[in-house]
Amino acid sequence: MIELNQFLILSALLFSIGVIGIFLNRKNVIIILMSIEIILLAVNINLIAFSYFLNDLTGQIFSLFVLTVAAAEAAIGLAILVIYNRNAGSIEIEKINTLKG
Amino acid sequence: MSISLLTFYLFSAILLLSSLMVISTKNPVHSVLFLILAFLNAAGIFVILHAEFLAMILIIVYVGAVAVLFLFVVMMLDFKTSLEKDNILQYMPIGLLIGLVFIAELVIVLINTRLDLSNIQILTNPLGNFMDQSNTQAIGSILYTNYVLYFQLSGIILLVAMVGSIVLTLRDREGVKRQIVSEQVDRKGKIELVDVKSGEGVDI
Repeated sequence: MIELNQFLILSALLFSIGVIGIFLNRKNVIIILMSIEIILLAVNINLIAFSYFLNDLTGQIFSLFVLTVAAAEAAIGLAILVIYNRNAGSIEIEKINTLKG
Repeated sequence: MSISLLTFYLFSAILLLSSLMVISTKNPVHSVLFLILAFLNAAGIFVILHAEFLAMILIIVYVGAVAVLFLFVVMMLDFKTSLEKDNILQYMPIGLLIGLVFIAELVIVLINTRLDLSNIQILTNPLGNFMDQSNTQAIGSILYTNYVLYFQLSGIILLVAMVGSIVLTLRDREGVKRQIVSEQVDRKGKIELVDVKSGEGVDI
């Protein structure tokens, strides 16, 4: 029998991999978008694990909505990426310094 | 070791390894392909957790739509990477530090916690109500009744996303001829009818 904690640790590791991906990536923004997808996947695994171990269906419904929002976010993010690449000619994170932050 | 535990370890090992490859490969196309592998293994984890409908939705929506969208963007745009090696690894120490602190905190908390979920009384949709139904039927029977407002709201979110991405990527090109129907219909004053005599023709 698999315990709840094993799923939670898996999801925590996946979440951390996504966060590390956001920090370490210096090449292009598209890897950051993929890291956000990984983070949302970790959240979904958490929700579904709790749904299964609580014997409650609400977690799966919530996970469905998370999937919807993630798909919308990916579409908008990629559209912004396309027009940024068209205007600036590059999507390297080092060169995105218009605000001098 | 039971079969389900073995499958769980297999799926989660491939899931973690492929998501590590997503953030570490140089080629963005390889990253997208490893992302697809990660999603497939996450669908396997969902099946282990008896969420079959969500597993199939994950494969259809993510592998079929989102990952292909990523692949389109990666392949259509010409990414020029001109960074040097040391420049790429500039943020390595702080990134690894934050990541390791994150992993350590979460795993320490999760290992030391024993959640007792057996006698929780606040369930809104306990699985006992859907004993004779499949997972898909059970989700549908509450998604279209209790959660119909949220369902419609997520549809509106998708509509806004669709309109937003179309508006963002649409552009007016210079020098493209378009059909203007109103001018075409209203062309009476701009044309001239000439009776042409046989054998003579007209001067233009």
